Amino acid sequence: MAHKEMTHSPEETHGSFKAYTLGFVFSIVLTVIPIAIVMNGWLEGRANAIMLMVFAVLQLAIQLLFFMHLREEKKPRYNLISLVFGLVILLVIVAGSMWIMMYNMVAV
Amino acid sequence: MWEKVKSFASEFFVTGDPLIYGADVSIALTLIALVSVLTYFKKWKWLWKEWLTTVDHKKIGIMYILSAFLMLFRGGVDALLMRLQLAVPELDFLLPDHYNQIFTTHGVIMILFMAMPFMFGLFNVMVPLQIGARDVAYPFLNALSFWLFFFGAMLFNLSFVIGGSPDAGWLAYPPYSELMYNPGPGQDFYIWGIQISGIGSLMTGINFIATILKMRAPGMKLMKMPMFSWSVLSSCIAIIFSFPILTATLALLFLDRYGGAHFFTLDGGGNPMMYINLIWMWGHPEVYIIVLPAFGIFSEIVATFSKKKLFGYKSMVYAMMIISLLSFLVWAHHFFTMGTGANVNAFFALTTMLIAIPTGAKVFNWLFTMFRGKITFETPMLWTIGFIPCFVTGGLTGVLLSVAPADFQFHNSYFLVAHFHHVIIGGVVFGYFAGLYYWWPKMFGFKLNERIGKWAFWFWNIGFYLCFMPQYVLGLMGMTRRVFSYGWDKGWGDLNLVSTIGAFLMGIAFLFQVWQIAHGVKHRKDNLDKTGDPWKHGRTLEWSIASPAPHYNFAVLPQVTEQDEWWEEKLRKKQGQFVPAAPKKLEPIHMPRNSGIPIIISAFFFVAGFGFVFHWTWFIIAGLAGVAACMVAHSFNYDTDYYIPVDEIERTEAESRVTN
Ligand code: HEM
Ligand SMILES: [Cu+2]
Repeated sequence: MAHKEMTHSPEETHGSFKAYTLGFVFSIVLTVIPIAIVMNGWLEGRANAIMLMVFAVLQLAIQLLFFMHLREEKKPRYNLISLVFGLVILLVIVAGSMWIMMYNMVAV
Repeated sequence: MWEKVKSFASEFFVTGDPLIYGADVSIALTLIALVSVLTYFKKWKWLWKEWLTTVDHKKIGIMYILSAFLMLFRGGVDALLMRLQLAVPELDFLLPDHYNQIFTTHGVIMILFMAMPFMFGLFNVMVPLQIGARDVAYPFLNALSFWLFFFGAMLFNLSFVIGGSPDAGWLAYPPYSELMYNPGPGQDFYIWGIQISGIGSLMTGINFIATILKMRAPGMKLMKMPMFSWSVLSSCIAIIFSFPILTATLALLFLDRYGGAHFFTLDGGGNPMMYINLIWMWGHPEVYIIVLPAFGIFSEIVATFSKKKLFGYKSMVYAMMIISLLSFLVWAHHFFTMGTGANVNAFFALTTMLIAIPTGAKVFNWLFTMFRGKITFETPMLWTIGFIPCFVTGGLTGVLLSVAPADFQFHNSYFLVAHFHHVIIGGVVFGYFAGLYYWWPKMFGFKLNERIGKWAFWFWNIGFYLCFMPQYVLGLMGMTRRVFSYGWDKGWGDLNLVSTIGAFLMGIAFLFQVWQIAHGVKHRKDNLDKTGDPWKHGRTLEWSIASPAPHYNFAVLPQVTEQDEWWEEKLRKKQGQFVPAAPKKLEPIHMPRNSGIPIIISAFFFVAGFGFVFHWTWFIIAGLAGVAACMVAHSFNYDTDYYIPVDEIERTEAESRVTN
């Protein structure tokens, strides 16, 4: 932005053309496959759910590595810390909700 | 044709209630007055150039605070109307439907459109100055955040006169907020007003984290950062992890209402409890988001007015970080009574009580800071001292509520209403007032009248206890939350009357504050802050520059070595040990340019939101197309910054010479 502090030094690159293209292709593929699985009914029940979740996690990894430049940050590892914290919150949300909802006597 | 227009108008505008006609008229008159004054004094261009397109964090902060005050007025009028209705048994001043709308809009406005922008205003005004920066990390984004908040809030407020207000409570629990029970546009106004301003809140969170982590003055290690900035950091961390939950939850509710999905309906496999579960995952951190900065403000003020270093700086930092983490682990205490089972309740009761530990530690730190300090009682300090008993009692009733079995008694009673107002008014509102009084001279360059300020303080406090103490008793007597009327036989009349009187005392207190500001503006020439350090014992960097701060903040970026840099520097000067660093040469300062895009793009968001509310597809398309066009326009704008030349800096510095 409009500040010296915020501009990037030359070593801190923004990723190459190749990396962006790769990331783009990967994320398209990882989107098309689950859609195909669901639309064609290739898998069912638990297998279906697990596959979808695997693709979702892969997708997340692709976004972080290719577009958010997770690997490229140097010293203060704010990125990594916040990613870990984010994952913790995510776990709390999903596991906590499942725990609460499964005990819920109102729903049954 | 005429008939058609008439039937459209009666559906579109809210009709049939004299209160609302009154509001229509007053809104129209205010608008006409505003437009004519601006036109008469030829101020349109000035308004556009100096304010509406500004990217200066200090001006954005002032606009936030101004909006928050307007919203405090609207939310306050709502509160007084409710209290009026409850003053005496069996009144029918407000009808049930109207009462529901009023407590809903009151709650939403107070939390999302009063507390949040007030807080963002204080962030904007002070964080860059405190950490010795010239701006926030992303000035353009900052302006965009403000305008998204503003237009979101306006969309929400419009529901009052157009279409009808939401009435499903401030958190819009389904199934009542679902289409089946709530077909009117009110609930959609709720969703879109909050969504649009919510994007702004999330971006502000990101912006201030980046600002604090990346733009501190050279030498300011994190552990030397002023406490308020720390509290902003912890609050922003909670913002960026909790607001996405709100966005997703409301998006699901929207899909239910608009797209016929069944996430939270009672039929079609949905479950309303999932909504309640999700919304409190945001809602609980939210209350810490708004109170943490207040803690930061109190810490600054206590140290300044006790003329001592803050006691237990490090433990304060850890306490805040722990609170912002723990606040994500307690959400289920809001629905202990919904049948989640003993294990779940026990877990969440325990995590809730844990929060009392770091909070208690902070209270002791403040008390120890005051201990043996040379305290003076200017208004900011008064609010801080008023806050402590208030927050302690409010916190204690909170611990009572966190005992799951006991909560079955307190839940949804006036005990709860008293508790959360106790902590929210005593903690958040008092905290922001303290901050406003404390930093007012820095923001505007003149001091406010202390006498009127003290009147306001006492009216607020006495009114506050009169209003909310009786409500604890009423709650125990069985008065439930959100009742719009009650019978003579209940025996609740006396206490309710006292409570209403208290509420009106707070209303008067607000008028004192308005008067204090008007008085201050009128007599500003006599009360100019010429030193830049009006409380004389300022400790942090914002007091080292002129008031009001020049738009580049610091002519030369300060070099920091100590925790309370400015205080230490004054000490060194006094002891004759001050070795002024070789005066640095002024350099041209790199600044961002103003931009009209934030306000325009937000207006288009408003149009799209309005279209979503009324299901007018062409409105939605027009709004979203406008948004897209603005994005394209902005990405082709390369003229986003400029340099302030050295001679201009010299001139500004000479005009605002700090004389001490
Ligand atoms: C200034 C004096 C205030 C008074 C006299 C007041 C009064 C009230 C009343 C009468 C209710 C409705 C209770 C019911 O019928 O259930 C209420 C609800 C509420 N108030 Fe206030 N209030 C005040 C300030 C505030 C502030 C400053 C905030 C937040 C920053 C706030 C947040 C809320 C919320 C969240 C609700 C719940 C709305 C709902 O039930 O959905 N209030 N208040
Ligand atoms: Cu809570």
